[in-house]
Formats: sequence, C-alpha cells, structure tokens
Amino acid sequence: MPDAGPLEFFVDPSRCIGCQACVQACTECDTHRGDSMIHLEYIDRAHSVQTVPVVCMHCEQPTCAEVCPADAIKRTADGVVQSARKARCIACGNCVIACPFGVPELYTDRQLMMKCDMCYDRTSVGKKPMCATVCPSQALFYGTRQQIEALRPQSRPTNEFRFGEQTITTRVNVMVPRTTPPAMVLDVVSAMAEKAEARSPRLRVLSDDSTADPFHDVEV
Amino acid sequence: MAQVPADELDMIRVFGPHLSEGTRASATDDPEKLVKTHCCFCGQQCGIQLKVKGDQVIGFEPWEDFPFNRGLLCPKGVKRYLQGGHPDRLTAALQRDPSADGGFRRVAYDQAIARVASEVKRIQDQHGPGAVGVLSGASLTTEKTYLMGKFARVCLRTPYIDYNGRLCMVSAGAANKKAFGVDRTTSPWSDMVGTEVIWVAGSNVAECSPITTNYIWQAREHGAKVIVQDPRITPIARTCDLYLPVRPGRDAALFAGVLNLMIENGWIDEAFIREHTVGFDEVAAYCRTWTVARTAEVTGVPVRSLQAAAELWGKAKTSFLFHARGIEHHSNGVQNALGSINLVLASGRIGRPKSGYGTIVGQANGQGGREHGQKCDQLPGLRDISNPEHRRHIASVWGVEESEIPGPGVDAYELFRKIDAGEIKALISICINPKVSLPDNQFITRALDKLEFFTAIDFFLSDTARHADVVLPGSLQEEDEGTVTQVEGRVIKINRAVPCPGEARQDWIIIQDLARALGRPHGFTFDSPRAIFEELRVASKGGIADYSGITYEKIEQQMGVFWPCYSTDPRTGAPTPDDPGTPRLFEPGSYNPVARGAGPFYFGDGKARFNVAEYRAAVDDVSAEYPLFLTTGRVVSQFLSGTQTRRIGPLVKQYAEPRIELHPRLADKLGITDGQWATAETRRGAITLRAQVVATIRPDTIFIPYHWPGEKSANRLTVAAQDPISKIPQYKVCGCRLRPAEGAPAYAARLQPQQ
Repeated sequence: MPDAGPLEFFVDPSRCIGCQACVQACTECDTHRGDSMIHLEYIDRAHSVQTVPVVCMHCEQPTCAEVCPADAIKRTADGVVQSARKARCIACGNCVIACPFGVPELYTDRQLMMKCDMCYDRTSVGKKPMCATVCPSQALFYGTRQQIEALRPQSRPTNEFRFGEQTITTRVNVMVPRTTPPAMVLDVVSAMAEKAEARSPRLRVLSDDSTADPFHDVEV
Repeated sequence: MAQVPADELDMIRVFGPHLSEGTRASATDDPEKLVKTHCCFCGQQCGIQLKVKGDQVIGFEPWEDFPFNRGLLCPKGVKRYLQGGHPDRLTAALQRDPSADGGFRRVAYDQAIARVASEVKRIQDQHGPGAVGVLSGASLTTEKTYLMGKFARVCLRTPYIDYNGRLCMVSAGAANKKAFGVDRTTSPWSDMVGTEVIWVAGSNVAECSPITTNYIWQAREHGAKVIVQDPRITPIARTCDLYLPVRPGRDAALFAGVLNLMIENGWIDEAFIREHTVGFDEVAAYCRTWTVARTAEVTGVPVRSLQAAAELWGKAKTSFLFHARGIEHHSNGVQNALGSINLVLASGRIGRPKSGYGTIVGQANGQGGREHGQKCDQLPGLRDISNPEHRRHIASVWGVEESEIPGPGVDAYELFRKIDAGEIKALISICINPKVSLPDNQFITRALDKLEFFTAIDFFLSDTARHADVVLPGSLQEEDEGTVTQVEGRVIKINRAVPCPGEARQDWIIIQDLARALGRPHGFTFDSPRAIFEELRVASKGGIADYSGITYEKIEQQMGVFWPCYSTDPRTGAPTPDDPGTPRLFEPGSYNPVARGAGPFYFGDGKARFNVAEYRAAVDDVSAEYPLFLTTGRVVSQFLSGTQTRRIGPLVKQYAEPRIELHPRLADKLGITDGQWATAETRRGAITLRAQVVATIRPDTIFIPYHWPGEKSANRLTVAAQDPISKIPQYKVCGCRLRPAEGAPAYAARLQPQQ
C-alpha cells in the first residue's frame, strides 16, 4: 500500500541516545559545511544520560522572522523557515533571543544567522534530511503520518506548544506518550535499593481536545 | 631489540595521531561515483555509500536500501571517510632508524619485503619455525583472515598465530560451541521486533552498536519489555522496563539465581528441555544453591528485581536475549555466557520467529574473523586444528601433507608471554594494537621491547607499530574488497572505492610478497580477493561455517547471505546453486551436517547442551586495599585502540580524552568533584584522568573507556587474568582505588587529547 500524505519531521526525545550522528551528519551539508545546525544537549548529565536533539521546528508564524528588522528570514511556500539571507542579515541577534526553541545561532565570524533549514537541498527534491536519515535510534524520523502511526503506537505527534499566552504551531512534530510513558531509570542507587522508589515527575502535554484545561498531566 | 627508536613526542610530531579536518571537499565538489559498501568499524557493518572523486573518498551518502540499517549510521559511520587522505597515512615502507626524524626512514617497498624475509628466515633457521609469531585481527576481511591463518601454517610453518578477537569474541564463541555446537547468532535482528521480552546482558548498545537501539526500541513500541543488566545506566538502560544494576563480575550468579526462580515457579518449558536438550538436571541442582537472597547479596541486584526478571523472562511466549563484552570480558566469561544460554534453553524459546539469542560482535568482522583459521586452535570453516579429519580436509585444499600443518598454538596474551620468555623472537602483526588494547599493557610494551625482529603491517603508525623494525604500508578498508560476516551471521561484501596511496599495498598482496620473498610461494599466488574467497568456499565446505554456496554475486543479489549456505545439499549431495543461506538457526526439523537429521542443534544427537555455569570470584577482585571495582568499555565516537578514530577530528572533538566515571556518593566520600583530576590505581599501575561525577554508575564501581594509549590507557590498570577456556582477558572487573590527584598530570601539557 503506498504511503499517503506528505513527508513530515517527527522528533522523539525519549529515543535519543546522545550519539551525535545527527550533529556529525549535519556538518556534512554543502550549505554550512563544518557547522552543525542541530543542537544536542544533555539535560543534566550528572543525573541522567538523557539527551535532547533540537532541530528548527519551522513555525507556522515564525517568531524569528517576525522580529527580524531586516526581513532576512523567509518561509518557503511549503513551510520551511530558512536561514537568514546573507544579503539582508545585519547580525543583530534578535532572532536568537526571540526563538522560543533556542534554535538560531549567530555566526559572528561571518556576520550571519544560520539555522536548520530541514536540509532544504534534500527535502525539496524528495530526499530525507540527513539527520533523520542517519539517526540510529530514529529519535529523528522523517516520513508520512501513516508511517509514524504504524511505527509508534505508544505515542502521538503534537505540533502545538504553549509559551505563556502564546500557542505556537510548528511544521515539525514532537512525539508525546499516549498514556504513561516508560519510567526512566535515573540514579543507580534507586535500582539497587530493595524498596522501589515511588516517582511521579510530570510531563505537561497539550490535550487533543480543546475542552476545559488545555493541559493534562501524564505520569512519567 | 624492538624498542621505540625515538622520543615519544618526536614520533607523534612526525606520525601522529594528528587530527583530520572536520569535513572534506567543498560544496562544489561533485562525486564522480558512489560506491556501495559498509562501514569499517563495528560488527553491525552498516551499509553506506562512499562518495569518490579521483583517488579520494570525499564524503558519504546513506544507503537506504541495505536492509540491516536502511541508511542509519552512528557518528563513526558518518565521519569514517575522513581516515582516507589523512596526513598520517603511511604511504611508504619504513625502517627503524633512530637518527631519522621520528625514528623511521622511508625505504623502497621491495627492499622492506626483502629485509623482513631475510630476518624471518635467519631467525627460523637459527631457532626453528616456532620462533616467529603472527598476530592478526578481526577487522580484516574474511579473505585476509583466511590468508593469515594459511600464511602462518603453510608458509611460516609456525603454530603461533592468534588474533585480536581473543580480546573480543572468544567467550561467546566458546560458550556457543559448548551449548549449541555452532558459533553464530541464531536469528536476524528483524526477529526482535514483535518479541515479548528482550534481555540485554552487558551491552552498552547505544554506544557500541548504535543501530541495534532502533531494533530494540522498535520492539518496545510493539510491546516488548526490555531488561538491561549493567553496572551503569547506559542510554539503552535509561528507559528499560527492568534495570539490573549488577556488581561487576557477578553475572553467572545472577543467571543462576534467576533460573532457580524460574524453576521454582515452573516458568520453564519442560517439553523442550526433555526433547531438545541434555544436562538440565545438573544445572538445576547447581542453581538450587543460588537462593534469591544469596543471589541478591552476591550480585548487588535487589530481590524484587531478580523476581521481576524471572517472571518477565519465565512467562514470556517469545523472547530475545543477547550479550556482549560486559559479561564476556571476564576470567569467568564463558561461564557467564553459558549462564545466559541456560536461561534461553530453559525457556525453550530459540529457533523460531520472534525468539532468538545472540552475541553482539564488536569488530567489523567479529563473526567471520573467528571462523576461518586465524585463531590459534582453528582451521577454516570453524574446524578444529587438533581433529585429524579436519586437518586432512584442509591439507588437501592447501596442497600440503597433513603432517606439515602445525598443531595448536597459544592465545594472543600467551604469545606475549612467550615473547617475554624468549621463545618467540620475531613477530609479524596486522590489524592489532596490543600496546593499547591488551590488559596490563606495560608488560606488553616490555615484551615488544624484547623482540629480536618485529614487522607491522599498518596504515597508520599505531602505538604498537612504533616498536617495529620494518613497517609495511597496508590498506584501509576502502582500498580493498572482500567479505565480512556481520553481527547477524550475514556475509556481506566490502567494495573497493579508491586505490592504495603511494607505495601502500593491499594486505593480501603484502602477505603474498612475503611468502614469495621467503621462497615459499606455494599457495600464495592469488590474483584477487575473489580468488581467495573461491578457495575459502572449498576449504569451508563440510565444516560448520559452510560458505561453499556463497558467491560475490549472490551476496550482491540478496544483500547478504547468512551462513551456512551449501553448494550441495548436505543430505543428498545434489548441487544447490540457489541455496539462499540460513537466516535463522535451529528451526524445528532443520538439518545440519553434525546432527544429520537427529535434531536442530549441532551435536550428534541434535540436542542442545545445558552447561553448569558456575560463578567464580573475579581474579584480583575488590579488597580492603583496592576497594572499588574498575570496569572498562567504549564511547560511541571511538573504536578499539583508536588508531583510526583518534585521527578523525570531529570524533575526537566529541569525546576528546578518557574520563573516570564515578557516582556522587563515592565522589563525596573521596573529596573528588566533577572535572577534577583523579588518580585510579590498581596492582598494575596508576593513571590520572579527569573525573566525571554521574549518578548513572554504581557507587562501588568506576568506569574508564579504553581507547587511549600510554598514561591515559585504562589497560595500564586492567589485570591479565584470562578465562581458562576462552582465554579472554578480564577487562570488565578488577580491584582499584581512587584518590584526588595533586594537580594536572605531566602529559596534560605535553600531549593533545587524542595522543
């Protein structure tokens, strides 16, 4: 059965193993050779091996473009927010400060903001972005909604994020657990203890239905 | 005497390790061709396409059609291409010359070959053929490993050949042969998806075999529960369903305790045990001594978790268990592996879809490299060098008298003891860097110093090759072709992308040039790797690892062929040119040439063997004097002794220098803070590295990755204790102590991180 629908980007941080294959692959791109546009960070290495990869979320109404005084940041017709245009960028750094996801970076040596453009050279000709092609744990996945639904029955994609009063809709999806996500093993000592520790950290996820409180708590 | 000819810094200045650039070529550099091949690093052997322009690999493109990894790669795979065209690449033969810059001067290739041949001949004439030893490696293609075994036995006539799989796969291999009569993972990885339980015993999957993570987590998406047994919370353990924080060196006890719980609760497959195995009663009797309380006390795993493991594993209908060096790198490594196999056999879940057992190989050809005769006691086709029938078959293929083939030699570490004792006086090495990779490696350095003559075939001047009298410039993986057998038992094809630079030669040509210069060219006149493979097919025929039905063409058509693959039906002898190979072993009703229809396992009665897998305390275990467990392993951006990966700039940047991982409780007790210099000390030596304080390791254990040389080398600390059966060294545990260092070590100002 052919896969229906457009190709989309899905990020599942719970799958990230911190290996940096995405970062290393990103540096191979022809348009920013040697520089990675992906941010990959440990959340808190002292306490966990959890890492999170951050690609540009490609907002429907990109804050970076809205705050750009030089109108240097463009969004393509198919929804990809591009790096600043070299001829226009004045390297003011507004976009860096404004982006709610912390994506754009200012390259002071070349007086230019650069960020992930979802491998536009590849995706615009039907290829996958390099990071999602190589990611060995598929924390970064590029494919159709039908594919992700078949592959990830335990989670669902979301592309709405609330920052204060503002809800941002993005082209890139983040996978969130449908029910209780797998408990994470944090400190070895808790696993060594004869009595299991009760843990209930919470993940705030925007609800599917828009009734009442838009947030519901998911036990982690 | 093969002592290093110059000051260390001088040698580093000339020969590296220096760092490559972060990328190669420019945006406008279009490749002339894409070569479909595989990564040169770990045993997963991910498919990859190399971008080639002229004589250079200038980048990579994912190979999404290759079924195992479908384009997925780890950072080593992404940046592997940077090893070619590297400033440190050896492009000419070198001869020791203390007066030359860096201690070596270039010599003409033919002159170097002549010198090696004359020295080997002189030493053999004087002291006998056994005065020359050969060390080889499991990152070579199977063709080369076959040739190395043949070269040692037929040309050099020495019994002393062994390989670096001795540090890697031998505990798994020995256990597999004892339990199943055959040494191979039972199932393709795709069998994992859809299984109910996956047990990962001593495998840092995310860092050592990253692609496998996707299989495990895909299985989890479809309901599999994941059990991880490890003293550290590795990335695969972070989200597992049951984490077993085992104390280093206690794995056999853990398996025995869990099996005992399974037996007590009736969570075993009695029909399978009765019909398809022997030896269960002895194992059950041994396990009865492992009450859950005793098991918890010895292993450090709480009773609740042992019970949960027994219940999860015991009640499952389908399951997959695999292990890696974490349980194998022990002086009790074979027993540890057998303990895990007992859990599999008691469950009866083997040889069918969605149920399997496997060992994750570490090296590029960790599977194929252990099958075809570069091991000290082995002949091609997983044959036994002490078995007269096996010897006769191989002698007939090689065109020699059976009596001319030497008997078994000794393991790689024992080979160094023989060098130390003066019995072995000359060494030929390829694809091995024991000065970094063997335990208690200051002993290895002393042994290398004692060699009367040493030649290393290498593409970079490795730490070990610095001791050589003559260095012969060999080939990088992308400069040659041949087959390797990856983690699932799938034989695949490495394709040549570029020629060797300068005077460098493909390794099989160097070996044959040596044979010719020694005046013993008989059997060493192959004109291509394909010709070697054709002989290997014949040599392996009738053996357990039967490759006779595999051809380069079939590998390409099928994207790999799982062995055994027969050229003739082992039952009838009728030709079977279309035999697709054997993705899954031990299926009900399956035929193998040992059981001859009696059953699916490779013994005369067709039954698998339970083996009493006894717990024995580690050698040099923790003590009042050395109260901490030291365990060692890998990081994702480095590979083995780092000869290649410590030269690839972006990989070094990712994790530049080894650190000592310790738990905050231990750090508080010792007064060590994150990032501070700390000194780890064992009975062999001491090294000073920066501390990394993390809650993801047992508070009684410290971890140090082993990829670095000299004063940064974890193997200065490890103990040269070996498993009595497999002879694998006990890298994963020894007693250790730790203290804050008084300041930065002297090397910190002298050496770059990768050096």
